[in-house]
Amino acid sequence: MKTTDMLFSTLIPAGLAALLAFSPMTARADTLSDVSGRYNIQPSSRVGFTVTQVGGGGIAGNFKKFSGVFSLNSSDISRSTISFTLYPESVSTGQARVESFLRSDAVFDSANFPTITFKSTQIKQTSADTAEVAGILTARGKSSPANFQANLADHGKNSITFRVQGKVMRSRYGMDVGTPIYSNVVQFDMMIRGQRS
Amino acid sequence: MLRNSRDSFGLVSILFHWVIGLIFLGQIALGYLMVRVSDFTLQFSLYQWHKSFGFLVLGLSALRLLWKLANPRPRDPEHMNSLERVAAHAAHVILYLSLFIVPLTGWAVASSSPLQIPTFMFNLVVIPQLPITISDAAEAFWAASHAWLAYLSAVVAAGHILAALHHHFWKRDTILMRMLSPSAAKTGRNVN
Ligand code: HEM
Ligand code: HEM
Repeated sequence: MKTTDMLFSTLIPAGLAALLAFSPMTARADTLSDVSGRYNIQPSSRVGFTVTQVGGGGIAGNFKKFSGVFSLNSSDISRSTISFTLYPESVSTGQARVESFLRSDAVFDSANFPTITFKSTQIKQTSADTAEVAGILTARGKSSPANFQANLADHGKNSITFRVQGKVMRSRYGMDVGTPIYSNVVQFDMMIRGQRS
Repeated sequence: MLRNSRDSFGLVSILFHWVIGLIFLGQIALGYLMVRVSDFTLQFSLYQWHKSFGFLVLGLSALRLLWKLANPRPRDPEHMNSLERVAAHAAHVILYLSLFIVPLTGWAVASSSPLQIPTFMFNLVVIPQLPITISDAAEAFWAASHAWLAYLSAVVAAGHILAALHHHFWKRDTILMRMLSPSAAKTGRNVN
């Protein structure tokens, strides 16, 4: 009991201080206005995905190679933009045969279509630290709208990190091989770190 | 009509024979082709069809075996000598065994593969994986066993088919006819 009391007595003031620092007024005044600018997406970002399969489990992996830029406009979030390119050749699942299948012309056809691109068309703020990013995803030469949810995860003076999640229907890009054994829905879960440029 | 008698196969045995026999031969052809196509998308769906039909053979064969145990087997024609009888029965036993062992080893291929691709029979039922070792080596072993057993059974089936044709066109007996129609023993030609 003694130790927990002590823990609380130190944690609570610390938590209050943190809450104050991030309260909407101070955040808008001190931090969010600071985040305006142009950022390069850092290689330390993580672009993970999962595809579920019938009977449970599925394929989980990530893309090792990607690049992109985004510009944030904190006074009018809707004027922010992002463009992102990933190289499907860099797909990694921990299973070499799954990877070569994904790279093959059955899925990404990375020999003929070395990049998958996303360009935002509209960004809408949905809460103090979340936004909905709508855009056009182009893969295998096919373009179709796709939506992602961005969550502000962390930011410093020159860097900012968003957790970005979204579902992509792979059939729209001519990649529906293996459905319905493997879901048509690819769930993306990404940590996008930007460094001010 | 539905059941076998001492002279003829009933309709159920006849249907089991032809439905299973045709799918089995189709599976040999499909198996041979699917491992050789270069288009991955096509190959993926051919494999799924192959697994689905393979389980259909396995399920139907289990029912067929129960049916066989509950029915008499039609007599062999008297003109067959003992060597012919032994060869015919040995072939039937091997074919019956193949109907179980070939799909079971196929199931082992799918279950041991590190790819762990689920079997979703005709996109209707998920078939669980067998609880066996998963590794590239195990998969290679089961794939080789499955292939050898499948092709060996194809050789036996070829002999079996030639023998049936031999009975019909050379010996002109009712062997083939009685596997085609339950009433063949009465109405068909019979040289006995
Ligand atoms: C009626 C039963 C079956 C027959 C006659 C059959 C026959 C064959 C044949 C001829 C091959 C090609 C072998 C080669 O040339 O390498 C093959 C391959 C294969 N079969 Fe079957 N099969 C049957 C059932 C099944 C079942 C039930 C499964 C799985 C659930 C299965 C899974 C496979 C797989 C995965 C391969 C590819 C092996 C490889 O990668 O080399 N088969 N089968
Ligand atoms: C497509 C060509 C085929 C023909 C013309 C054919 C013909 C026949 C005939 C005439 C019989 C009856 C033999 C008798 O009266 O003793 C028979 C029995 C049998 N056939 Fe076939 N068959 C064919 C394919 C197959 C295949 C592919 C299989 C195996 C997968 C098979 C498995 C059997 C078995 C197990 C029996 C014994 C049935 C029993 O006595 O319960 N047949 N077949």
